[in-house]
Amino acid sequence: MFYVLLFAPLLGFLINGFRFRSTNAKLAGTIASGAILLSFISALFYFGQLIKMPAEARSLSFILFDWIQVGDFSAQMGFTLDPLSMVMTLIITGVGFLIHLFSVGYMDHDERPAKYFAYLNFFVFNMLLLVLGNNLLVMFVGWEGVGLCSYLLIGFWFSDPEKAAAGMKAFITNRIGDAGFLLGIFTIFLTFGTVTFTEIASSVPAEPLTGWTSPITLACLFLFIGAMGKSAQIPLYVWLPDAMAGPTPVSALIHAATMVTAGVYMIIRMNVLFLAAPNAMMIVAIVGALTALMAATIGLAQNDIKKVLAYSTVSQLGYMFLAVGVGAFGAGLAHLMTHAFFKALMFLGSGSVIHAMHEEQDMRKMGGLKKYMPITHATFVCGWLAIIGFPFFSGFFSKDEILWMSFHSPRGHWLLWVVGVIAAMFTAFYMTRLMAMTFWGKSRVPESIHPHESPVTMTIPLIVLGFLSVFAGWLCVPHGLGSVLPGHPHNFLDQWIHPLMGKLEMGHGSLGMEFGLMGVSLVLVFASAFMAYRFYVVDPSLPQKAQARVKGLYDLVANKYWVDEGYFKFIINPLVRLSRHLWADVDVKLIDRATYSISDLFKNAGGGLRMVQSGNMQVYALYILIGVVVSLFFLMAR
Amino acid sequence: MVLSLIVFLPMVYALFVAGLPEKAVKKATLGLSIIHFLFSLSLLQFFNPDTANLQMVERLTWMPELGVTYFLGIDGISFWLVLLTTFLTPIVIAGSWSSIVKQEKAFHISMLVLESAMIGSFLAFDSILFYIFFELSLIPMYFIVGIWGGENRIYATLKFFIYTMAGSLLMLAGIIYLIFQCDTQLGQISASVLDFYKLDLPFVSGRLLNPQNVLFFIFCLAFAIKVPMFPFHTWLPDAHVQAPTGGSMILAGVMLKMGTYGFLRFVLPVFPESVAEYTPLFMALGLVGIIYGALVAMVQVDMKKLVAYSSVSHMGYVILGLFAMNMMGLQGSLFQMLAHGISTGALFLLVGVIYERTHSREIAAYGALAKAIPIYAISFLIITFSSIAVPMTNGFVGEFLILFGTFQASPYVGSVAVLGVILGAAYMLWMVKKVFFGEEGAIVKKYPDMPDMNWRELATLAPLVIMVFWMGLFPGTFLRVSEKSLENLVKNKHNYNISVELKEDDSRSLGVNSEL
Amino acid sequence: MLSNLFSIGIGHYLFVSGALFVMGMLGVLLRKNILVILMSIELMLNAVNVAFVTFAYYLNDVNGAVIVLFVIAIAATEAAVGLALVVLLYKNFKEVNIRFFEHLKG
Repeated sequence: MFYVLLFAPLLGFLINGFRFRSTNAKLAGTIASGAILLSFISALFYFGQLIKMPAEARSLSFILFDWIQVGDFSAQMGFTLDPLSMVMTLIITGVGFLIHLFSVGYMDHDERPAKYFAYLNFFVFNMLLLVLGNNLLVMFVGWEGVGLCSYLLIGFWFSDPEKAAAGMKAFITNRIGDAGFLLGIFTIFLTFGTVTFTEIASSVPAEPLTGWTSPITLACLFLFIGAMGKSAQIPLYVWLPDAMAGPTPVSALIHAATMVTAGVYMIIRMNVLFLAAPNAMMIVAIVGALTALMAATIGLAQNDIKKVLAYSTVSQLGYMFLAVGVGAFGAGLAHLMTHAFFKALMFLGSGSVIHAMHEEQDMRKMGGLKKYMPITHATFVCGWLAIIGFPFFSGFFSKDEILWMSFHSPRGHWLLWVVGVIAAMFTAFYMTRLMAMTFWGKSRVPESIHPHESPVTMTIPLIVLGFLSVFAGWLCVPHGLGSVLPGHPHNFLDQWIHPLMGKLEMGHGSLGMEFGLMGVSLVLVFASAFMAYRFYVVDPSLPQKAQARVKGLYDLVANKYWVDEGYFKFIINPLVRLSRHLWADVDVKLIDRATYSISDLFKNAGGGLRMVQSGNMQVYALYILIGVVVSLFFLMAR
Repeated sequence: MVLSLIVFLPMVYALFVAGLPEKAVKKATLGLSIIHFLFSLSLLQFFNPDTANLQMVERLTWMPELGVTYFLGIDGISFWLVLLTTFLTPIVIAGSWSSIVKQEKAFHISMLVLESAMIGSFLAFDSILFYIFFELSLIPMYFIVGIWGGENRIYATLKFFIYTMAGSLLMLAGIIYLIFQCDTQLGQISASVLDFYKLDLPFVSGRLLNPQNVLFFIFCLAFAIKVPMFPFHTWLPDAHVQAPTGGSMILAGVMLKMGTYGFLRFVLPVFPESVAEYTPLFMALGLVGIIYGALVAMVQVDMKKLVAYSSVSHMGYVILGLFAMNMMGLQGSLFQMLAHGISTGALFLLVGVIYERTHSREIAAYGALAKAIPIYAISFLIITFSSIAVPMTNGFVGEFLILFGTFQASPYVGSVAVLGVILGAAYMLWMVKKVFFGEEGAIVKKYPDMPDMNWRELATLAPLVIMVFWMGLFPGTFLRVSEKSLENLVKNKHNYNISVELKEDDSRSLGVNSEL
Repeated sequence: MLSNLFSIGIGHYLFVSGALFVMGMLGVLLRKNILVILMSIELMLNAVNVAFVTFAYYLNDVNGAVIVLFVIAIAATEAAVGLALVVLLYKNFKEVNIRFFEHLKG
C-alpha cells in the first residue's frame, strides 16, 4: 500500500512519458489524475492507521534499500510516515489531485498534454520523496527533483525564450540553495554521525548553543540557505515571480501549494536542531519577516494577475518562516496548510480567468468579470477573505497565530510583530486591489474577447478549494481564541504534530494582550482593504494621483527594487565578463603561450644550431680542422 | 590467464580485423568488442570484493637485470575501470558507425589497440609494463585524432601527443630511479609497483628539493597532464574539438581516467609524505579546475568545447576527492571517474549525432531543437541532468561523495567547491536553453526535416542511459568493490601495501619464479 | 760551410711537409673549384707522405715507407673516385663550383 502511495505518480509519469507525443488531453489527464487519486486514497488509508495509534508511537517506516554506503556514512532509501509527513502527504496528493483535475480542462488545447501530465506526476513523486524521506539525503533527492520538475514545467512552453530563461533562472537560483543544503548535510553528518531525522533529533544537546560558529548553528544556517532558494526568501526569491511563465496550474501546485513550502517543511522537520541554535532561528525569523514585508510592497504595484499572486506567495512564505523562526512550528505548518488551500484556489481562479480571457494576464484589461464568471468569482472571494485574514476564514486563524507568536514567543520580538502587521496591511491592500481590478468595477475587457465561465472540471476544484479555504482554519484555532469560541475548539494540528516537536517553553500569555494585538491588526487590515476598495472601485482616478505624489517610491516598488537588475549588474555580468577573460586571456594567452614558449625554446635552439649546418663543405672542413686543433691542444696540455 | 586475455584479446582481434575485407570490418569489430565486453564480465565471477588483496595475479620474468616482470593483477581500484573500458569500446564503435567514412579498417584497428593499451595500463602492476601501456595508448589516439579529425586535426593531435609525452617521459626517469632505489633499499632490483610501495623515500619537510618531492612532482606532472588538471588542460579542448565523435568519447570516457588512476595507484601510496605536504596545493588546483572549467565552459560557442571544459571541471572534482584522502573522497573520486566516463561519453555521442545531421556545433546557430527532434532532446536532457549531478543519476553520487569528503578534510575548500555545483548547472542549462529551447535558429531552419534519432543511435545510447540510472540508484554495486582497496589506502597512508593472492598451481603453470 | 749549407736535417723535411700540408689545407678550405680542392687534397696527402718518409729514414723503420705506398695507392683510388664524381656533378649540374652544392643546408 505504501508503495502505491509513493510510486503511483511515478507510474503515471512513465506511462505518460512514453506516450509523450499524444495529443489526447483527456486520456493523459485521466491517467495522471488517476495516479494521484490512488496516492491520495492510500494516504487517507494511512491517515486512518495513524489516528488509531497512540500519539507518541505514530510513525510507520518503510525501507526500500541501502542507497549510499561509504565508510561510516550510510543513507537508506527509507521513508517515514509520521504526523508531519502525513499532513504534507495529504496536502500534496489532495491539492495535487484537484490541480490535476483542473489541468485537464486547462490544457485541453495544448499540443503536448501527455508531456505536461508526465512532468506533473513526476513532480508529485519527487515531492512525496521530499516529505516522506526518513533522512536528509532522500529529502535532498526530492528537493532537487522538485526543482528539476519546476524547471521543466516553467519552461514547458519553451518556444518562448523568456519562458525557457525563467525555467533556467529557477533551477540555478534553486541550485544556490541546494549548495547550502548540501553543506548543511555535511555539517550535520560530521557533527552527529548520521543523517537520519530521528537520530539527529535524539542526539541534539538539550541546551541551546548561543555561539555563532557552533556546528549546529552553522548547519541550521546552511540548511536555511537551502530553504531560501526553494521557498523564495530574500535574497533568492527572484526566481518565483519569473516562474509564473509556466502554465497556471503549475504555478498553483508547485509555486504556491507544495514545492515552495518545502523549506518550511524542512525547518519544521529539523525543529529540534533549530531550537538548539537560537541565532539561526533569529536569522530565519528576520529574513521571513523582511521577505513578507518586501514582497507585499512589490505586490502593491504589479499589473500582471499572476505576478501579484507570485509576490503574495513570497510574502506568505515569509510569514511561515517568521513562524518557524520564532519557534511556532505548529503555526508555520498551519499557515502552510491554509495557504496551500487558498493560494492554490486563487492561482487556479486566476488560471480560470486567464483561460477565459484567452491568455491575457494584465489586470488593466480586465474588470467586471464577476458577472461572466460567477463561480470563479465566488470562490476567489473565499480565497481573498482567507488571505487577508477576515475573521473565521482559514487564513485568519493561522496568520493570527503567527503574529501572536512572533510577539509572545521567547524567541520572538515586538518588532517582528510590527513588521508582520504592516505586511498584513499591505496584503489586504494588494489583494483587494486584485479583486477590484479583475472582478469588480467597470469592464475594461477588449471587444474581441468574450469571457465565459470555465468548464466543470475546472470549477469543481475551485469549489472544493473554496470550501477548504473557508473552513480549514478550524483545524488550527489558536489557543487563546479557542478558549472563548463556542465549543472550545482545539488546535488539532498543533496537537497532531506535537510528539515530533522539540521543547520550547511558551506559556500562554495574557488573553487581553492577545486580543488587543489581534484587534489592532484587524483594524489596520480592514482600513487598508477599504482604502483599496475606494481606490480601485469607487474612484479609479485616485491611484494615478497617488502614484504621482509618491513617484519615486512607486517606481522603486513597481520595479521590484531593481533587485534583478542589481543581480545582473553586480554578479552575473561581471562573472560572464570574468569568464571571457579567463578563456581569452588565461587559457589562450597565458597558458597556451607559456607552453608554446617552451616549445619555442627548443625550436629556437634548433634554429640556432641550424646555422652551423651551412651545407658548405669547406666550412665543415674548417670545423674538422678546429676540432683537430682543439683536441691536439688538449692532448698536449695534458 | 584471464587478465592476459582481457588485455591482449583486443590486439588479437585487431590482427583478425586487419585480414578482413573493408566492408565487414565495422560489423566484425562491433561484434568482437561486444564479445570482449561479455568476456570481461567474467571478472565479476572471479573477483572477490571482500579483500584489498591483489587478485588473479600473473607474473613472469622479463628483464631480470632490471627487475622488470610481466606482472598483471586486479584489485578494487582497477576493477570497474577495466569494465568501463570494455563497456565503452563497443559503444564508441557503434557511435562511430556512420561518422567514420575513410579508412574504416585502420580506425577500427586503432580502436582495438587502444582498448588493449588502456586495459593494460589499468591492470599492469609492473611500473615498466604500466609505462609501456600508458604510452602505447597514445599512438592509436594520435592517429584517431590525426586522421579522422576535423580541420585542424594535425595541430590538435600533435599538441595532445607532445603534451602528454613530455609529462610521461619525465615519469620514465622517475620510474628508473625508483627501480634502483629498490636495489638499494630492498636489496633486490625490482620494477614492481608493490615493491615501490615498500620504499621509504628520503623526505625533508619544508624543503622543496628532496628526492621524494622531486619524484612526486615528476609523477604528478605526468598524470596531471593526462587528467588534465588546471593549468595543464589546454590540450584537451583542442583535442576534443578536432577528434571524431568516437575519439572524443574514448578520450573523455577512459583516457582521462588513466591520469587519475595514476594518482591513485602511484602518487598517493608511493609518496605519502610529499602528498601530505602538498595536499593544499593540489586541493587548490582541483578547486581552481572546478571553478575555472565551469566558468570558461559558460562562455563557449562550440558545443564540444563546452563539454571539454566541463570535463576539466569534473576532473577537478576527482582530484579534490583524491587529495581529500578519506573514504568519502576516494570512493567519490573513483565513482566520479566512472560516472564521468558514462555521462561525458554520452554527451559527446549526442553532440556527434547532431553534428552528423547539420555539420555544425555552434551553440548560437541552434534553437528550438526540442520541437524538431524531441527524442534527441529528451536524451540530451537526461544526460545533462546526469552531468549536473541531479540526484538519482550517476553524477550525483560521485559529486556528493567528493564534496562530502572534501568538506570532511577541509570545510573551507569544501564550501568553495560546492559553488561548482551551481556553475555546473549554469553552463549546461545555458547550452540546453540555447540549443533546444527558444526560437528556431539558422541551422534548424536550414534543415526543416531533420530526422530524429534512429534505432541504431538509440541503441547506442540506451546502455549509457541505463548506466546513468543504475549508478545513481544502486551505487552500492560499484562502491562495494572498491571499498576494501580504498580502506587499505586510507588506513595505511604511510605503510601502504597490497598483498598478493596467489594460488599454488597458478604460479607453477605460469612459471612465476620470484618471491612475491 | 758548404757542408753546413747542404746538411739538410729532419727539420727541413718536416718544414717542407708542414708547408705543403698547410697549402693543401688552405686550398681545401678556400678554393671554390672542386677539381682544385681535389688537387689540394692530393697535396695534403703528399705532405703527409713526405713526413712519413722522413721519419722512416731517421728512425730506420721501414714501416713508414710502407705506409707511404699505401697512401699513394689510396690517393690514386681517391682521385679516381673523386674525379668520377666531379664529372658526374658536372654532367648533371654543369657546375663545379663547390658553393653551388649546398643542398645539405639545415
